[in-house]
Amino acid sequence: MNPLETLRFAVLGLSANKVRSGLTMLGILIGVAAVILLLAVGNGSSQAVKDSIDALGTNALTVSSGAGFGAQSTATSTKPLTIDDARALADQSQAPDIKGVAPEVQTSQTALYEGTSHTVSSVIGTYPAYFEASNSKVVQGDYFSNDDVLAARKVAVIGSTTATDLFGTASPIGKKIVLGGTPLTVVGELATKGSGTGFQDPDDVIIAPLPTVQNAYSGFGSLSQILVEASSADTTTQAQNEITTVLMGTHGIKDPTAVDFRVSSQTTLLSTRSSTTQTFTVLLGAVAAISLLVGGIGITNIMLVTVTERTREIGLRKAIGAPKGVILSQFLAESTLLSLIGAGLGVAVALIGAHFTIVGIKPVVIPASVWGAFAIAVAIGLFFGSYPASRAASLRPIEALRHE
Amino acid sequence: MSPAPDTATATAPVIAARRLVKTYGIGDAVVHALAGVDLTVQQGDYVAIMGSSGSGKSTLMNILGCLDVPTTGRYLLDGIDVGGLDERQLSLVRNRKIGFIFQSFNLVPRTNALAQVELPLAYAGVKAAERRRRAMAALTMVGLADRAEHKPNELSGGQQQRVAVARALVTSPAMLLADEPTGNLDSHSTKEVLGIVDRLNDSGRTVVLITHEDEVAHHAKRVIRLVDGLIVSDERQAPVEGPPPAMAGAAGALTRGGVR
Repeated sequence: MNPLETLRFAVLGLSANKVRSGLTMLGILIGVAAVILLLAVGNGSSQAVKDSIDALGTNALTVSSGAGFGAQSTATSTKPLTIDDARALADQSQAPDIKGVAPEVQTSQTALYEGTSHTVSSVIGTYPAYFEASNSKVVQGDYFSNDDVLAARKVAVIGSTTATDLFGTASPIGKKIVLGGTPLTVVGELATKGSGTGFQDPDDVIIAPLPTVQNAYSGFGSLSQILVEASSADTTTQAQNEITTVLMGTHGIKDPTAVDFRVSSQTTLLSTRSSTTQTFTVLLGAVAAISLLVGGIGITNIMLVTVTERTREIGLRKAIGAPKGVILSQFLAESTLLSLIGAGLGVAVALIGAHFTIVGIKPVVIPASVWGAFAIAVAIGLFFGSYPASRAASLRPIEALRHE
Repeated sequence: MSPAPDTATATAPVIAARRLVKTYGIGDAVVHALAGVDLTVQQGDYVAIMGSSGSGKSTLMNILGCLDVPTTGRYLLDGIDVGGLDERQLSLVRNRKIGFIFQSFNLVPRTNALAQVELPLAYAGVKAAERRRRAMAALTMVGLADRAEHKPNELSGGQQQRVAVARALVTSPAMLLADEPTGNLDSHSTKEVLGIVDRLNDSGRTVVLITHEDEVAHHAKRVIRLVDGLIVSDERQAPVEGPPPAMAGAAGALTRGGVR
């Protein structure tokens, strides 16, 4: 018996019970498709996180007030961040690795333009250094300048979402909007940053000079945070240490474990996020792997039924001289064929499914998962088929022939 | 492997069984299915083994067919001592030396007649073209060449059994072993199938037939009766050489090719 012949018998055996074979294949199909697709979704979401963090600027460090959730601090009282803190950080002699400092206040206001109303989720008052540190670029118009900050001019740079919502397709440059009762002239529109981390649209933003925002909305109190740009991606760690030293000085703190501020870099953000998505991916993969296993058990089940059903036939084949190996390989070929076709269709379904956006995430198929799932499915066919097949092969012909 | 009838007696017997004993169960519950059977069958002979149910004829058939092994005793099939063979070698022996015909036909479902007949050749490793040629020749011999593409459920009982006969003879086995081959057939099909078996024997094939019907036994050259696992009578109805009695008896009407 050559392999081709064995395969032919296997196809004949499977086509004898088309519905049953189809349903068994479906089990493997779902398992394989689930593994590939769910891993792709996990991968897609971590890719999205990475992209949005890149969009925030990789050299950027964020200083915020208070002890972090992660950092166990023993600070007894918390001093807010002030303009003076920002000025101290901008001192090149104390912090040589810091390139730019942008103090930030944040608020949320409703913007009006010719009867169109739009609630802007983040109104940021800052210095021009913000644009570079946060990797924000204008596509139309210009940034506001240091002069605008000093004179507290009522100008603003707006995000792309804000621009579309207020102006539609028209150019917003030079137009006057009313933001929370204060008129502002739009001088620039930012490039689209993309979907971001999913919680907030980074393009729904209005950026105005710091004193303008403090004047109109937040008052001259504390800052929300200070955005610091390190001189390069390699010096972020030094810059982070310099920030800590400088701010401990301005806040009068001696004990480095009792600081009342928090410095976070995009890399730390990145690693937290990616470890979260990794857990997420592993969980999804585990669920999918279980469904693949269930599909495999389905193969065993159906092959056992088949062997029982065909006991007489097996007995006859043995009586007319089929050796044990031929019977074994015939049933193994059947179960492997089931899983092979099921896995092939599963890969096809997964690749088609990956073209669609799933719960807001664009799946990114991991090539290794395709081969892996396919190989595992075929191995499952062999493994789970081997018990029924060996049972068939070890049937004694007289008993098998007598079987009703 | 198909010697002319007149040379048959000169060669080794197809079956040489000595003191075959087969017991089932242990201790007090032990049952002697065979209690010491001696049997020699020459090439070209046509033997009917008769007995009521429980006489041990099925056990004897299983042992003669290498489907089962005797508890004690020695069995030589076509000169080969079957007792010392492992499972793999036994399946080879079954494939090369024995052609089975069962009461319930035992065709492989959903497989056409040609493929059924090719099956033993496939297990013997014969090439596809040669296989096809020999299978067609066997189907022609049983008069079913025009039904080669039919599946078992498209054939009558008699035709199914004829396919089974073709499958049994396609490997040119040392003997045909038929277990109640006409048990499930009507009288017309019985006549047809027995006619084919007669013809095969006439052309030199050794036939061992298990039956409980006297009409079937009349076709054999030699009738052996089993009772409680022992041979109680062994009568010869026709010589080993020469045609089986049914063909000789109807010589007038059926001189050439008694079955059509």
